[in-house]
Amino acid sequence: MSNLLLNNLAKHYNKAVAVADVSIEIAEGEMVALLGPSGCGKTTTLRMVAGFIKPTAGQIIIGDQDVTQVPPYARDTGMVFQSYALFPHMSVAQNVSFGLEMRGITRADRDRRITEALAMVRLSQLADRLPQQLSGGQQQRVALARALVINPSVFLLDEPLSNLDAKLRGEVQLEIRALQQRLGLTTLIVTHDQEEALTMADRLVVMEAGRVRQIGTPRELYEEPANAFVASFVGRCNLIQGRIESAGLFRSASGALLACDPASTIAGDTMLAIRPERIELTGAEAGYRLRTITYLGANTEYHFEREGTALVAVLPTPLPSDPMSRLRPNDFVAPNWVPAAGRVVPLN
Amino acid sequence: MTAQIQASTRPRLNLARCAFLAVVALVYLLILAPVISVMVISVFNAEIVSFPPDGLTLRWFVNAWEKREFARGFVASLQLALLATAIGVPIGTMAAFALDRSAMRGKGLIANLLLGPLVVPGIIIGTALYMFYVQVENTIDQDVVGTTFGLVASHILLTIPWTVRLVSAGLAGVDSRIEEAAANLGARPLTVFFRVTLPTLRPAIVAATMFSFIQSFENLELSLLLVGPGQTTLPVAMLNYLQFRIDPTLAAVGTIQIVVIAILMLITDRFVKLSRVV
Repeated sequence: MSNLLLNNLAKHYNKAVAVADVSIEIAEGEMVALLGPSGCGKTTTLRMVAGFIKPTAGQIIIGDQDVTQVPPYARDTGMVFQSYALFPHMSVAQNVSFGLEMRGITRADRDRRITEALAMVRLSQLADRLPQQLSGGQQQRVALARALVINPSVFLLDEPLSNLDAKLRGEVQLEIRALQQRLGLTTLIVTHDQEEALTMADRLVVMEAGRVRQIGTPRELYEEPANAFVASFVGRCNLIQGRIESAGLFRSASGALLACDPASTIAGDTMLAIRPERIELTGAEAGYRLRTITYLGANTEYHFEREGTALVAVLPTPLPSDPMSRLRPNDFVAPNWVPAAGRVVPLN
Repeated sequence: MTAQIQASTRPRLNLARCAFLAVVALVYLLILAPVISVMVISVFNAEIVSFPPDGLTLRWFVNAWEKREFARGFVASLQLALLATAIGVPIGTMAAFALDRSAMRGKGLIANLLLGPLVVPGIIIGTALYMFYVQVENTIDQDVVGTTFGLVASHILLTIPWTVRLVSAGLAGVDSRIEEAAANLGARPLTVFFRVTLPTLRPAIVAATMFSFIQSFENLELSLLLVGPGQTTLPVAMLNYLQFRIDPTLAAVGTIQIVVIAILMLITDRFVKLSRVV
């Protein structure tokens, strides 16, 4: 295991910029997720680390070796592909064996490590099957075993769970995370699923249009988004345009006065970001008018609006005896939140 | 209610099914009739084919065996087809790779050009090659028409369109990520090609080999114009025989040819399920 360092990595295709400028430092044994909408450059970044794409500028350093110009076969990364990319003409054991053979490992050693790797992903009984005879989840585990059996310096995962159904995905997320922590793997995972990123990674890198928008732990990204993009991409968020009127007071573009974090001091046009579950609601005689009430089981979602300021609140579903449960569309409500929950973030 | 619906729909369904089966049977009949009739006629006793036959015999097979030009033609055709396939399939495979992998200009044009031998009638290719070979002979002062080289080169032309088509289709079905996976696991480019890419294309290449072999083995038009003395192929030998006599000897030769190709396909099927590649 080694640490992984990306220095000002960039990839241009003629005039199109896929990755503009990405610098990330991943510590030994740390799992970092690249998160962003499709086309944000996260997969290109991962493929540059694996060596499949030559960067236009910047450096990739694994351990203390600069591998920017090193071909993929000499990089010592273990990658799990979105399509799994198992060798269709080889059995499960032969797939796992391939990387060991390429490293010139003796037959006896190979057999022992294949057995261990297959036991680790609970596929020992299926060693002689062909990939096409396995379910999606089993294929995925073969891909994991194949990438891990070679003890790579860096473990790379490209949307590894997107082809699994929702229930299985949750299980495999935890399974991969447990493996990664047990083996102390330096890991880079690409995903567009924020829940997956939040569940699995130590730190997240949020990307947009080829640039890093914020790097931080899941909690940091959620509680202290650096900008409106991160606030809206990680979790749900009310975003209201306006400017700070005075310490702790925010004037929305449509004129409403709203509570905001008194510590915020951004001059000029900015955004107020409030998580829907941080808003409390009470019935009122006038003020915000309820538009829709959506019952979601554990939670209920309320959309309400006043003179162009629209908000959404997600609250635990009230008991039927609670007066809140008698709210109907077109009733009036009064929203309330602690000032620190109203975070002011830059527009971009 | 349900019973009524069933009663009213079932007869119509049966009718549709009967019509479908009839069409299937008709198609099979059309495909197999010539093959079967050749095999049947080969055992008819009478020299002039008539129906019903006045008796059954194997004497046409004996006759075919005794006419040494057929045996020699068979060997010549076999050698020619093996040579042309052995050279043509690798060339066609490489072409298919180039078309699939490179980003060169005019790829579509080249792809169509490589299918040319399939589109242009054989007799025209044969004539054109003959004239071209004569020109070459005049230029380099060496024999080309009637040489093994000239004949094999022309048959390689037959193998290329099939190989390019089948291998291209095979390549389109290969997930290019598996090559990246192999590289990621430490395989150098040549190792990736021989351990991963080529094996996954095996069905396509086997099919290409088989089709190429048959194309060359049964070809008459090119060989007719380009064979030299002593290398008469089986189809040419059959045509020569036909110019002087019409009797079931040819049906006997044809039957042997059919059986040989059928055995070839059965052997191939042992290694690659043909129903999966064609």
